Amino acid sequence: MNESSAHGERLGIVVGGSLTGGMEVKLDSATPIEEMAVGRYVVIEGQTSRFFGMITDIELGAIDQQLTITPPDIADSFIADVVTGTSTYGKLQVTPMLTISGDATSLLEGPKPVKTVPRHFSPVREASEQDVELVFGREDERHFYVGTPLDMETKVCLNIPEFVTRSNGVFGKSGTGKTFLTRLRLIGMVQKGAAANLIFDMHNEYGWEGTSEHVPNVKGLKQLFPSQVALFTLDEESARRRKVSTDYVVQIGYDEIEPEDIALLRETLNLTEPAIEAVYQLAREFGQARWLEGFFDLSTREETKELLEKLHVHESSYRNLRRGLERLKRLSFLTPRARDNSVQRILEYLDRGMHVVLEFGRYTDITVYVLVANILTRRIYDQYRERMERAMGEKVDKPHPLVITIEEAHKFLNPEVADQTIFGIIAREMRKYNVTLLVIDQRPSGIYDEIMSQLGTKATYLLDNEKDIDSVLMGVSGKSELKTVLSKLEAKQQALIFGHALPMPVVVKTREYGSTESYRELGFREAAELKRKAEEEIKDLF
Amino acid sequence: MAARIGEVIEASTGSFVAECYDLHSPPPLGSLVRTSDSEVDIFGVVCHASTESIDPGRRPVARGRDEHDEENIYRQHPQLSRLLRTTFETLAVGHRQGDNIYRYLPPRPPRVHGFVYLCEPDDVRRFTASLDFLTILLGAKEVTADEVISACLRLASCAYDDSRAFLVGAGKELAILLSSDLNRLNSVLRRIRQ
Repeated sequence: MNESSAHGERLGIVVGGSLTGGMEVKLDSATPIEEMAVGRYVVIEGQTSRFFGMITDIELGAIDQQLTITPPDIADSFIADVVTGTSTYGKLQVTPMLTISGDATSLLEGPKPVKTVPRHFSPVREASEQDVELVFGREDERHFYVGTPLDMETKVCLNIPEFVTRSNGVFGKSGTGKTFLTRLRLIGMVQKGAAANLIFDMHNEYGWEGTSEHVPNVKGLKQLFPSQVALFTLDEESARRRKVSTDYVVQIGYDEIEPEDIALLRETLNLTEPAIEAVYQLAREFGQARWLEGFFDLSTREETKELLEKLHVHESSYRNLRRGLERLKRLSFLTPRARDNSVQRILEYLDRGMHVVLEFGRYTDITVYVLVANILTRRIYDQYRERMERAMGEKVDKPHPLVITIEEAHKFLNPEVADQTIFGIIAREMRKYNVTLLVIDQRPSGIYDEIMSQLGTKATYLLDNEKDIDSVLMGVSGKSELKTVLSKLEAKQQALIFGHALPMPVVVKTREYGSTESYRELGFREAAELKRKAEEEIKDLF
Repeated sequence: MAARIGEVIEASTGSFVAECYDLHSPPPLGSLVRTSDSEVDIFGVVCHASTESIDPGRRPVARGRDEHDEENIYRQHPQLSRLLRTTFETLAVGHRQGDNIYRYLPPRPPRVHGFVYLCEPDDVRRFTASLDFLTILLGAKEVTADEVISACLRLASCAYDDSRAFLVGAGKELAILLSSDLNRLNSVLRRIRQ
């Protein structure tokens, strides 16, 4: 082990600061300021403990105002070398996040949240790989490697069992790598077996194979873990065209659509408030299970008129509703009577400890996505809730934790509908019933604040919009510092991850995925290799 | 063996004056010299040198009107080298006791008639390993203090393989010491830059 890997290079000394505002660190004259970067980790060697922190700002200082008015002649390299770090110097703003005490008990307990500051002139050095490992853990049966910190080779690991106990979020502008990170996290959850996954895969990215901007196509969950993942689809034809073999084709019966589902689609189906009201009245008239079918069955003008009068529904509201619901009728997976109970099938798979990816095929319309995700989730959640309650009462095993992945989350969780959708309830009630969400979104500001604040671990890629940034960082300590870090992320593959499953915020470069090696690291074996291994084992046996 | 160049003829706490054995051969301005007071070696930096008549009442007169060559004057008047003498003044900047070098004033001034040696590069390196003595030079009352400092650093840098690194280090030290007087800092830096 060489010196620098055990102890990172010295950068400077603490010259001031506060716990809330972060520490001011004056750089040594030998430390080149242009090699510093926000988001990077440093260790401050206090008198009794070490402080682990993150660089949140970098600034230039001058010892005398006069220097800024009559600058020295730095075209002369000698003068430039002399004044660097003496008359002019670099300063870092470091937010201390964790303390690592030197005594044996604290070494066992691991890093603790910071409650004080290091004393004046404590030396500051780059965090070494060992330091980072001490903080983020080592890849093992609980920790899944998601990426590396900035300019380091160390692995940042996510504590998966902790991760799944809360609802989580992945945010970022389009094309920054949300899908990529989500796929990695899903793989992590499948690999560690911490939770069953139900993934509403709007763009057919996670199941069989996904697209990537660098390599032609990357393997999806089913290819990596064929025996643990079941591929469901809404659109058999699309799957066939893509040469993807699916395990089950989902159909939804009219009887499974409830008025709340339509209310949720108010915006996307362009329905008016009275039209939604009419849906509830129809449900009262025909019954929860039969209302949609009853509505479609209205054929004659007289019959319709009679019903509208009876329900006090205005003609224009009826027409508005009709136009909206006709759109649903055209969806091939919606049938008056489903031939099988899709929810039951999904639950069966989930109960067997398998993970279900529901592909939407060509139905990439948000209306379909919201409708299907809501219908299925509501019923799955009901079942989970029932089982959990039974488990509490009868001391039987609790159901296996379930993580539901949804994209375009602001459509489900915006302030107008968050109270009505099942997702709002799951996000709020969280882990009580062992069901949590993994929400993926590019407009986090569209998500209801109350839900945003309940998310455990958030990962965010670059965001431009001030409102989105505020929304993601809401309630996080050191928000303004993290804001600087967030706005300086690279456009791709760099994410700021913080929250429950990590001891402190971290900027990671997401781990490589898509090459043969990366698949191997994740436990994938080519068929030929598996065969060879099997043959060897047979040989050993006899 | 260090070159012996003269003898102390006047000593005080902060400085001493030495007479050179050879006329017109004082050590260069800013060079590090060493003498001793029987117990400690005292280091000084040459801050002034002069050549004058031995008898302050008798000033030299010009003699070369008919000569073509300066050296001829001395050849024609061999007594001159006895009537004139070269002296140099040094500022005491530190001392050595045993193996330890201290970059502050010695407890006592050197003895008169103590031998004065020009320091060897080894000694120069050892003494300038720390630049604490710069404060003494900066605080000197000499009007030429800045010249002395820059000459001293330039000469010391010759003792190092990487003279630039030494000068940059010294420059940084000065930048801290002279942080409140940037004009003075700039003038010294301009004199030592490479």
